[in-house]
Amino acid sequence: MYEYEAKEILAKYGVKIPRGRLALTPEEVRKIAEEIGKPVVLKAQVTVAGRGKAGGIKTAKTPQEAEELARRMFGMTIKGLVVKKLYVTEYQEVEREMYLSLIIDRATRRYLILASPVGGVDIEEIARKEPEKIKRVYVDPFEGLRDFHIRSVVSWLGIKAGTPQWDQASSVVKAMYRAMTELEAELVESNPLAVTKSGEVVPLDARIIVDDNSLYKHPDLEKAFEEDPRDVTEFERYAQRIGFNYVELDGDVGIIGNGAGLTMSTMDLVYHFGGRPANFLDIGGGASRDVVKEALKVLLKHPRVKSIFINIFGGITRADEVAAGIEAALAEVGSSGKKIVVRIKGTNEELGKQMLAKSGIPLFESAEEAAQKAVEMAKL
Amino acid sequence: MTVLVGPNTKAIVQGITGREGSFHAQRMLEYGTKIVGGVTPGKGGATVHGLPVFDTVEEAVKATGADTSVVFVPAKFAAEAVYEAVDAGVKLVVVITEHIPIHDTLKFVNYARARGVNVIGPNCPGIVAPPVKVKLGIMPNNIYQVPGRIGMVSRSGTLTYEISYQLVRAGLGINTAIGVGGDPIVGTDLVEATLMMARDPDIDAIVVIGEVGGDAEERLAKLYAEGAIKKPLVGYVAGRTAPPEKRMGHAGAIVMLGSGDANGKVKALREAGIPVADTPMEVPQLVLKAIRK
Repeated sequence: MYEYEAKEILAKYGVKIPRGRLALTPEEVRKIAEEIGKPVVLKAQVTVAGRGKAGGIKTAKTPQEAEELARRMFGMTIKGLVVKKLYVTEYQEVEREMYLSLIIDRATRRYLILASPVGGVDIEEIARKEPEKIKRVYVDPFEGLRDFHIRSVVSWLGIKAGTPQWDQASSVVKAMYRAMTELEAELVESNPLAVTKSGEVVPLDARIIVDDNSLYKHPDLEKAFEEDPRDVTEFERYAQRIGFNYVELDGDVGIIGNGAGLTMSTMDLVYHFGGRPANFLDIGGGASRDVVKEALKVLLKHPRVKSIFINIFGGITRADEVAAGIEAALAEVGSSGKKIVVRIKGTNEELGKQMLAKSGIPLFESAEEAAQKAVEMAKL
Repeated sequence: MTVLVGPNTKAIVQGITGREGSFHAQRMLEYGTKIVGGVTPGKGGATVHGLPVFDTVEEAVKATGADTSVVFVPAKFAAEAVYEAVDAGVKLVVVITEHIPIHDTLKFVNYARARGVNVIGPNCPGIVAPPVKVKLGIMPNNIYQVPGRIGMVSRSGTLTYEISYQLVRAGLGINTAIGVGGDPIVGTDLVEATLMMARDPDIDAIVVIGEVGGDAEERLAKLYAEGAIKKPLVGYVAGRTAPPEKRMGHAGAIVMLGSGDANGKVKALREAGIPVADTPMEVPQLVLKAIRK
């Protein structure tokens, strides 16, 4: 979810957020800056952490300057994602930055609130440099958020009871918890949550990651994500449309495996032998020839991939189906000079191997040898 | 002994009339598992592979004496299926289904645990124990034909099969293998499953297969370093080349807020004194070495 969407949700749940609007063009940015009538912050709407460092957050003193900055920011790429939306908000002078987030804790199987009176930098960095600053408050999923949880968090943030800031911070905790449970989120984060010079507690940034598996219960979100997919690069979107778990990496050895663990392990093997995996592509169990064909086509068309390592281990996957899929992909789009290496275990292994041998595709018994060959071929 | 299942385990399959449920019920029967019936609401009275189908888990348990359920129902109905199984009095629920909303899982897992019911999964291959010929899940039967004294605990399905195959080729048989599931929240996590194996006198060594995401491997390393586990462990962690904040196939395989990096897990395990294989193929050698010690 984009920052502006996350903030609008918190606002809906009763939190005061900085004045601002979404812009799609530099002209709109200028108009919004004029309306706000004071310095503004331009924030690239991409759903990855670390925007600031990548030049995705800029301050402008005048509408003129805002428009000029916006011209450079639209179309820039941040971690593979193209900036198409800018969120223009009023600039606020900050007294102090804090950190607040909610996640689901795996070990205790409870909601977990993480709070720190210092914020503005990644929680990783706080955890590394000042771990004693992080407070953990666990919330039972059946019992829900109680007042003592809220008091414990707000007090830890360094806010005094009985002040307006106390009430404002309490409403932020409540709104974040409500977003977590009502939207079925995996993460709700505000970093920084700021105390401004004017003495107000305001979420200067907000991030919500919802659970894709629960989207069917939230038709509004589902529709928004369909109309504007986020979190994914163009290539990932293409592969996902066909129906694969696909993640883009930066190397040149293409990877196809079945099952998430085996596919990751295949990537790691390539790296272990001195190569660089280009991607993660998991075709799942019991793959048919069509699935194999489509998966291989994705990598055959990939501009950076030089060699491809297909590693299949299945009880129910049929080797002859895999072989037929490989042949079909090559027949449709050609090899484009990319070398393919296959290691397969499964039913009808001999038949599959005979088919592949006819096509001249190197076959290996051992995944280690296959990985080494794929690395070698990528270097040719 | 074997872990969580035994020679008297009697199981029903929830979702037995579905494609997956029916296919795997057949395979579990072929393996030797005592599958005694199935449940599909609205299909009571039917039979699948000669097994009676019931409308409710309660009826199925009453008629068959089942103490275990394997859940294959679609994600939207999976939470309901688990609550029903728990209330019907089964002691173990194995949830194979993938893509269950995490907030649903968070609740049904707590519900079951509070009532003393063990849950394996969701999004898991299940549990298999060659010495007693019990398989509750979807593992390939041919790999688990050699009984032995190795325990396996894993967050990944196919990687478990791969490493099991390597172990068997090296002459090592398996006592019990548990695929704990690839979701962030599971009913029995890597640490809990390892502790169960550690208590079984018929298990000599435990292979622990972790992956990117969460902190189960780190927690296990800490327990081991503190002396809570006396048996040899051998580790492998997948995803050392996985980038941060990207979900690697499994819902739980993600580095989030800086936590869950696979290299950190390898380091934690090694520092605790647990040997970690760099490739799946190295696992059997490390197991043999650990047992001989």
